[in-house]
Amino acid sequence: MNTQLFLIQVFNGLVNGAFYALLSLGLAVIFGMLRIVNFMHGALYMLGAFTAFALGQALGLGFWPSLILAPLIVGAIGMVLERSLLSRLYGLEPSYNLLLTFGLTLLTQDLVKQVMLSQYAVSSAPYTPPAALSGVVNLGFVVFPKYRLFVIALALAICLITWFVIEKTRVGAIIRASTENPNVTRAFGIDVGKWVTGMFGVGVGLAGLAGVLAAPIYSVEPYMGAELIITTFAVVVIGGMGSILGSVVTGFAVGVLAAIGAALYPPIANTLVFILMAIVLLVRPSGLFGLPEGAR
Amino acid sequence: MTVIPRTAARTGRERNVRAAWLIGLGIVLLILPRLIYPVLALDILAWGLFAVAFDLLFGFSGLLSFGHAAFWGTSAYVTAFLLAQGQSVPVAMLGGTGAALLIAVPVAFLSVRSVGIYFSMITLAFAQMLSFLALQWTAVTGGENGLQGFARPNFLGLDFSDSVTRYYFALAVFAVGFYVAYRTVRSPFGQALQAVRDNEQRAQSIGYNPARFKFTAFLISAGLAGLAGSLYTFGHGVVSLEVVNWRTSGEVVMMTLLGGTTTLFGPVIGAGLVLLLRDVLTTANLPVGIVTGLVFVLVVLFFRRGVVGTVQHWRRR
Repeated sequence: MNTQLFLIQVFNGLVNGAFYALLSLGLAVIFGMLRIVNFMHGALYMLGAFTAFALGQALGLGFWPSLILAPLIVGAIGMVLERSLLSRLYGLEPSYNLLLTFGLTLLTQDLVKQVMLSQYAVSSAPYTPPAALSGVVNLGFVVFPKYRLFVIALALAICLITWFVIEKTRVGAIIRASTENPNVTRAFGIDVGKWVTGMFGVGVGLAGLAGVLAAPIYSVEPYMGAELIITTFAVVVIGGMGSILGSVVTGFAVGVLAAIGAALYPPIANTLVFILMAIVLLVRPSGLFGLPEGAR
Repeated sequence: MTVIPRTAARTGRERNVRAAWLIGLGIVLLILPRLIYPVLALDILAWGLFAVAFDLLFGFSGLLSFGHAAFWGTSAYVTAFLLAQGQSVPVAMLGGTGAALLIAVPVAFLSVRSVGIYFSMITLAFAQMLSFLALQWTAVTGGENGLQGFARPNFLGLDFSDSVTRYYFALAVFAVGFYVAYRTVRSPFGQALQAVRDNEQRAQSIGYNPARFKFTAFLISAGLAGLAGSLYTFGHGVVSLEVVNWRTSGEVVMMTLLGGTTTLFGPVIGAGLVLLLRDVLTTANLPVGIVTGLVFVLVVLFFRRGVVGTVQHWRRR
């Protein structure tokens, strides 16, 4: 294969990887802090894209305001869900959270499908990128769409900020303390419940953000998160569940590896991530960046 | 994952209650094709056995497989493929079940070392690999179109073009599968399995090898799920990608939870309720996903014992 085609593949792999990274980062934040396996993450990603679409249809809002508003709305929905439903299961095994969010996924997907059909008479809608980001960038040796470059850059920036806040700041320290030892943290006068809810909102908001970013690339439809979430789960397992760094690095890496794999042998595109996962599990059951299961 | 603590001692009363469940379920299943369409009735048998197979692993070993569609789906496809090649129904069913077992060996080997949510994710990932394989390997699976229009040749004078005959043949197969599950959980092996589930360290310290027990339970469960998948193909006459979709893995969890885990009768009742509900919703043209999703959420939040589990709980008080 010639170099140019190969580079385009790698680039598109990075774009996919940006979405894997954003989604698995949100999952890592939620699992690492709250021990919730949020199966609903894909549905909330879809909800981000759908909210951006609906804001445009109902209020005429463009891409930029939606990029801010939609993640906030999705984050708020997430916080309501956490307070009203998920918090009821905290004493139980994480499996029940997985099952609850699975049920919510079925519910949300069909709800959005019904709304799209009844309000907009469509089950899948296109979404155009903002004018400032349409067109292509010529890098001399190869030409890339501007919008996709923007997606990679923004995803990378968000991942870095999230990592920095959680690992290096006082806010991050409070969050980690709230989840690792809630009773002691409470004794310091910190409202643990609020921090936990807020953290869930942030994780879910990241999924919403990914959804808005995805809308101009993959178009908006109720099941757009369904297959993606499964791949993201595999990314999370490879990276090590709950590892912030692991999810980001693995997200981008899996995107690129899958693209290269697909260039060499197309049928393998969607399966490669699961093959990778099987290999990693054989060698390191806790994932590349994860702590051994016993250490939790 | 224990929902109902059970005592090892078995009183005569408990045995009577179990016999009552068995007779009740038996009578309902015998007259079922008179009450609803035979094809739907056969679906209940297939999904019911699938849920029993899942419960064997989830309820009795505490392993939440989120990829059981892999075994159900593999068997469904292999059964259809063998029927399309002109094989007889029993051969096709055995072939499907055998294929499910074969696939289960490496999956079980890799997954039973993990616990809790890790186990769920790993099983889910393997199921996804198979689902992509089913999509790609069009020569065998028909890809997006699936497989349909395969023959179901008469067997020992039974005319399988008749849906009621098909149902009663399936009922016999179901009974065999259910009996295997029932004997498994009531055997010393089943008791040891529950000991491992409740306290792995303690089970290990008294000389059990937890990994080996889980591995065996996984294989039995996968084999029964395979048998159920072959029943599904036999009843439906169509196999599509849906049989290996992750939603299928989730649905069998829902059926089991709704009926009641660790009860074996419960999953069959749960399967019946879910399929009847879906049938009513589809006929009335109501949104299936919204209602089933809602039921799922309510069951997980407020009704974790399930139908049979709740009845048992009341009786104990």
